Amino acid sequence: MDVGETETGVSTVLATLAWLADPIHWHGTDGIVTRLVEHLALSGTSLLIAGLLALPAGMYLGHTGHGAQLVINVLNVGRALPSLAILGFALPFSFWLGLGLGFWPTVMMLVPLGVPLILINSYVAIRSVDREVLDVAWGTGMRGWEVFREVELPLAVPIILGGVRNAAVTIVATATMGALVASGGLGRYIVDGLARQETGRLVTGALLVALLSIATEAAFDVLERVGVPPAVRAAHHLDTLRVPGVGAGG
Amino acid sequence: MTPNEPLLRWEWILDHADEIWQRLLEHVTLTVLAVGIGFALSFVAVVLIRRYHYLREPLTWLTGVLYTIPSLALFAVLVPVTGLTRVTAEIGLVSYTLLILIRSILDGLLSVPAEVRETAIGMGCTSGQLLWRVEIPLAVPVVIGGLRVATVTTIGLVTVTALIGQGGFGYFILLGMQRFFSTALIVGATLSILLAILADGLLVLAQHWTTPWTWERRRQA
Repeated sequence: MDVGETETGVSTVLATLAWLADPIHWHGTDGIVTRLVEHLALSGTSLLIAGLLALPAGMYLGHTGHGAQLVINVLNVGRALPSLAILGFALPFSFWLGLGLGFWPTVMMLVPLGVPLILINSYVAIRSVDREVLDVAWGTGMRGWEVFREVELPLAVPIILGGVRNAAVTIVATATMGALVASGGLGRYIVDGLARQETGRLVTGALLVALLSIATEAAFDVLERVGVPPAVRAAHHLDTLRVPGVGAGG
Repeated sequence: MTPNEPLLRWEWILDHADEIWQRLLEHVTLTVLAVGIGFALSFVAVVLIRRYHYLREPLTWLTGVLYTIPSLALFAVLVPVTGLTRVTAEIGLVSYTLLILIRSILDGLLSVPAEVRETAIGMGCTSGQLLWRVEIPLAVPVVIGGLRVATVTTIGLVTVTALIGQGGFGYFILLGMQRFFSTALIVGATLSILLAILADGLLVLAQHWTTPWTWERRRQA
């Protein structure tokens, strides 16, 4: 078929089903299982690095109360950076570091996408802890580190988790673009499907990536239910705390 | 990125000034069309939501799901149906603006204080006058806030449409990736970021000029 020409929806569905029905497409180095694992490895590594950078920084800024303006600026700059543009910078940088194509330039694109989302929520989370609660903590004799560990952190968990969730969904969605710089992952099917003009491969890739994004979101729903103490959860309206402007693998 | 290749070849940039200009026009056209159509659709959706409240939940859900789909995936699914065309690009770009714009228009209208609304009704405003002459002007700051996010996001997403033969500055990024040519990569990436910053700045100015009643307050504060 020719991707450049339009065709009916029915033939697209048939081509996709035929592609999925072929066992060759499930196993081996270009199989769905391998690509899924690669996609999760790319996303997991990037989320981990972003979390290690942004969680301590955001919580520290929130605890000391300094740097609100800085945080807002970081978020705005983060929003202005299109992922493909970051990838454009990451590729020569990766070569310069001797890390080459594929995995590492993709991680270099994904980490800066995740950092502002986690940072802003960690900062806001700690800041939003009721001042009166902190006064009580100080009154009972708690000091800096104790106040943070015993009071601020537990109360802040839901919003912090919301930030990690935003970052995870964005990273999983955008990891797709790694295929442009020869990384693995489900994006391979989309990029190769376009190049080879194979509708089945193209649509399968798109569907799998969309499903994985939605599954990531669902996984964090479960995590929020399990990981947040009921009393803290009741005090927050989780749905209103998600930062808008997340997703879309921009 | 190949040995002996400088990071940036200035003579390439000068040689391709015409093409850079063409890609700028393409980038701006794709963005303005997407945000314009997205805004019109969002406005209609908000008017409908205000009249039929039960539409709010399903519309929020639908635009939320659209927003979660990775851009590359959405463009890819559309290709077999609408081809490698500008229409494909716009369907994807418009659908990403809806969540942000519907939410900001709704929030903007909700931000109008109840006293103001009651005063307007007390002065004899009809519901049409209330919407057009009181609520909409007062909602401008929040709505422009949403337009800023939508525009900056769209400028970023336009680069992705290079994969389906559109793309504005994204064309240079893709070219650079295919040929390992860092000049094109850096030109495409830098210009798309600069365009986003410029558009954001223009919208901040627009917000300032469309809300003159905030000037005095700020001076006093």
